[in-house]
Amino acid sequence: MIGDGAARVLPLHGSAQRIGAMVLRHTYLLRRSWPRLLELTYWPTVQMIIWGLVTMFLVTNSTWFAQAAGVLLAGVILWDVMFRGQIGLSLVFIEEMWARNLGHLFVSPLRPWELICALMLISLIRTLIGMTGAVGLAFVLYAFSIFDLGFALIGFFVNLIVMGWAVGFFVCGLVLRYGLGAESLAWFLIFALAPFSCVYYPLSILPDWLEPVAAILPSAHVFEGMRALLVDGTFSGDHMMRATVLNIGWIAVGIGTFLAFLRSARIRGLLHQIGE
Amino acid sequence: MSGPVLEVEDLTKRFGKVTAVDAVSFAVGRGTTAALLGANGAGKTTTLAMVLGLLLPSAGSVRIFGRDLAANRYALLPRMNFSSPYTDLPHRLTVRENLTVYAKLYGLDGVRRRIERMAETLDLGDFLKRPTGKLSAGQRTRVALAKALLNEPELLLLDEPSASLDPDTADWVRGVIERYRSETGASILLASHNMAEVERLCDDVFVMAGGRIVESGPPETMIERHDRNTLEEVFLEIVRGTSSLSEAAQ
Repeated sequence: MIGDGAARVLPLHGSAQRIGAMVLRHTYLLRRSWPRLLELTYWPTVQMIIWGLVTMFLVTNSTWFAQAAGVLLAGVILWDVMFRGQIGLSLVFIEEMWARNLGHLFVSPLRPWELICALMLISLIRTLIGMTGAVGLAFVLYAFSIFDLGFALIGFFVNLIVMGWAVGFFVCGLVLRYGLGAESLAWFLIFALAPFSCVYYPLSILPDWLEPVAAILPSAHVFEGMRALLVDGTFSGDHMMRATVLNIGWIAVGIGTFLAFLRSARIRGLLHQIGE
Repeated sequence: MSGPVLEVEDLTKRFGKVTAVDAVSFAVGRGTTAALLGANGAGKTTTLAMVLGLLLPSAGSVRIFGRDLAANRYALLPRMNFSSPYTDLPHRLTVRENLTVYAKLYGLDGVRRRIERMAETLDLGDFLKRPTGKLSAGQRTRVALAKALLNEPELLLLDEPSASLDPDTADWVRGVIERYRSETGASILLASHNMAEVERLCDDVFVMAGGRIVESGPPETMIERHDRNTLEEVFLEIVRGTSSLSEAAQ
């Protein structure tokens, strides 16, 4: 019967439980949908096969590549960390809009900061699932292990996924504000940063006037640091530090934009209207 | 706590030059059911959205359990819940999965037991394992109601609870709402344009037209005051009268 016991709310770990609930909701979704799981691993795997073959060709035809065979493959894997981080976060939020579920979520006790944590956690899980196949394939097919980057890999990974989240939050804010017509931004906006991130070439290749643009991207410092490690065998603490400091600003702007658009949606009455 | 559970004072919402809700004030007492009644576009859903905090008002205030909603929203939300045909639960998740997620979002303990109880009360047993998107409109309404009652809210907000339901299912839903109130002493605010529903369920009615409350009181008092037989006749008189006045003013 209804009303045979008052609702008991667990007081202390409420936030963890609500974040866990959101993660659970998207785990149910992934478990139930094999196309979604396939989508997570498909592109990283295809990219790894193509770039692995390109690397094999270049290694036999270029002295420079012969000395630094892993640069392209590491670039592919690490760029995908940033892309998967961003798309994982944006799509999870857009999924709630497709499902017309935002109205229910925002009248539940889920705080905006808890939603933000949940989105990051789900994105991390999706990124790890997506990357596992590509990393394994690089090892099996091309004898390249991304783990050869050592402890620096942790720094590279964290910086790239955080930058992906920053862009992801910005995209979510735009989609909240401009509706699902803007959802394609989730797929292409981050690629505007690719040329300046210097994934496959050194920053010095850029024209002088573009170098300051690249210098404010955490990703450019990560890829410079990656090349320093793979080509020269030296760890660049300077690049790691710059990437980390810049990322604090990037994530603050990304989350700030998302929260500002969320407030704007509450003023404009968009939260209970958005849907497919 | 004595006094009203919900107090709305001079609540106003403007979208640009359009005033959707214009200085609306009303109160809902403990253990009572009240309705916002009005034609399409009267401002009922907008008012409900402001009471839920989904929409920020341009002016005015909402007090729930004696506390200002704007300042205490996250302390108040666990004691409230709502259901609306304009929002949905994720279609690909099963009914049980959806209810589990929301039970956890509301920080409830004994989730499995609670869902079993809901399934029994709302007769969900047959489709607990089915994806929510594959249910009929009536079944989905029952699931939405189960989600709205999961945390046993002291204040329940319902937007058109029987919209698009066949008469039999609509009657069944009204029965559940009545039973919930009598068993828990909860307060209910519903937005509707179904007169029979309002007459059956509500202690107080606030008739809205053009974003304003143009008439209020218990249904039977309103029927008596207007010397009519049903609330529908009262409503038509009020709304048509209001429309004529607006047209004359233009």
